[in-house]
Amino acid sequence: MSEDYENIVEVKDMFRQFNGRPVLDGISFNAPKGTITVIMGGSGCGKSTLLRHIIGSLKPDSGEIRIMGKDITTLSESEMNGVRKRFGMLFQGSALFNSMTIGENVAIPLLEHGDLDANIVDIVVKMKMELVGLSGFEHLKPSEISGGMKKRVALARAIALDPKLLFCDEPTAGLDPIMTAVVDELTKDLCQKMGMSAIVVTHDMASAFRIADIMIMLHKGKIVAMGSPDEIRAEMDNGKNPILKQFINGEADGPIPFRQSSDGYLKSLMGN
Amino acid sequence: MPPFQNFLAAFGQYTQLIIDTAYWTFVAPFREKGKVFNGPATAEQLNEVGVRSLFIVLLLMFLVGLVLAMQSANELSKFQTTNLIPPIVCASIMRELGPLVVSIIVVGRSGSAIAAELGSMKIAEEIEALRTMGINPVRVLIVPRFIGMVVMVPILTIFGIVVGCAGGALIAWHTAHIPPDLFLTIALPYMFLVDIAVALLKSTVFGFLIATICCYFGFTVEGGAEGVGRATTSSVVMSIIAIIIADLILTAFFFFG
Repeated sequence: MSEDYENIVEVKDMFRQFNGRPVLDGISFNAPKGTITVIMGGSGCGKSTLLRHIIGSLKPDSGEIRIMGKDITTLSESEMNGVRKRFGMLFQGSALFNSMTIGENVAIPLLEHGDLDANIVDIVVKMKMELVGLSGFEHLKPSEISGGMKKRVALARAIALDPKLLFCDEPTAGLDPIMTAVVDELTKDLCQKMGMSAIVVTHDMASAFRIADIMIMLHKGKIVAMGSPDEIRAEMDNGKNPILKQFINGEADGPIPFRQSSDGYLKSLMGN
Repeated sequence: MPPFQNFLAAFGQYTQLIIDTAYWTFVAPFREKGKVFNGPATAEQLNEVGVRSLFIVLLLMFLVGLVLAMQSANELSKFQTTNLIPPIVCASIMRELGPLVVSIIVVGRSGSAIAAELGSMKIAEEIEALRTMGINPVRVLIVPRFIGMVVMVPILTIFGIVVGCAGGALIAWHTAHIPPDLFLTIALPYMFLVDIAVALLKSTVFGFLIATICCYFGFTVEGGAEGVGRATTSSVVMSIIAIIIADLILTAFFFFG
């Protein structure tokens, strides 16, 4: 396959509505090869939906999504499966198969897509487990390990086929600060070592600033800020972008209102 | 959406699932490149549906045979026609109760497990994870369960029919003093080859319905643990309804036309 693309992911003028409500409203951005792009935003801002579109689980109403130079909105299911083999995905809840051991989980992509000998698969699994610092745990079931370890196993599974691109959905959600730092460090480290690019969706600001090369802030289905961590900090400090400031500083009230209930509170109390 | 449109949409999805399953079971092994047949998972399902259900099927069908023979012995003795016990018991077990009771046992035991297992995988994002890895969930999850059901329900039904008739023979021996060999001699002329063929056809259809309906409800779970519970209940209820309607249609076609 040709490798003549500059941006590992390109999104152009993407729109998506659910039941007439725009959830993604004209999203455009480029994620250059070899960088970690962090998509951040509050709950319900559309960042997970955006990720689902980029990995091809959902189709946009209009717009273009290019992964490694290929417009995936026009691909058939079997062509899409070819693209899927070339990226890895780390799910929010890890999504390990509970009926299998950790080692078998990491082996799945290898067994399904490769034609490797069982011994070789075994060796590759051990190598991937070592990369995430968990070798020796292959025989355990997902129910027998902690949430942080599950995330690392899921990461090992996501990189089993040596992908060029890694997607992470809230990689640090529900982890303690130390485990968060470990997962961040691993993501960064793996990207460097394996020449991988990553798209990370998160609302954890500390983690975002730690790993990002490019940050994208999403609010109500629109991109409200985009740039390197330094540019984002500068934009926040100069006070021109109150939404960004509120989000990064974690203030309860601001342009994103504290009160989310719809109008007519008094009316609803009085019974119409 | 109004309920009728909801139903139509669900029925469309169910039909799509049947088409996908049929494709990945019968067509894909000859057309698709790469791995298609999932041997270990299929063996596991054959074992789960067939071998692990065998004891309960044998036990319950034996009891059904006993009950049926008791009821008919009671009535027939009033007319001194207890020699009709063997054909009545054997024909009703072979034509109706065998396929029906066995498949309902399988729904309760394995069908509910399928819906609950696939449903839990759905809410834990495991099914989406498969898709994202470029692995077709129908191929690795549904096809093994489908093969397990369609192969094993007819085999269990044969076993069930044999022990059901044996149960009937025991009661006939005890109350009407018909020894087992005589029981068989009387019953055999009433058991036609076509009856066995129809029993196998019925149980295959029932296996098909159980597998597709339970997988459908498992795959369409939404809304956490409560959703899994609801899907499991619906899968059992809808499977039994579908089985009885299919039974009615097949019986009308083969025995009533």
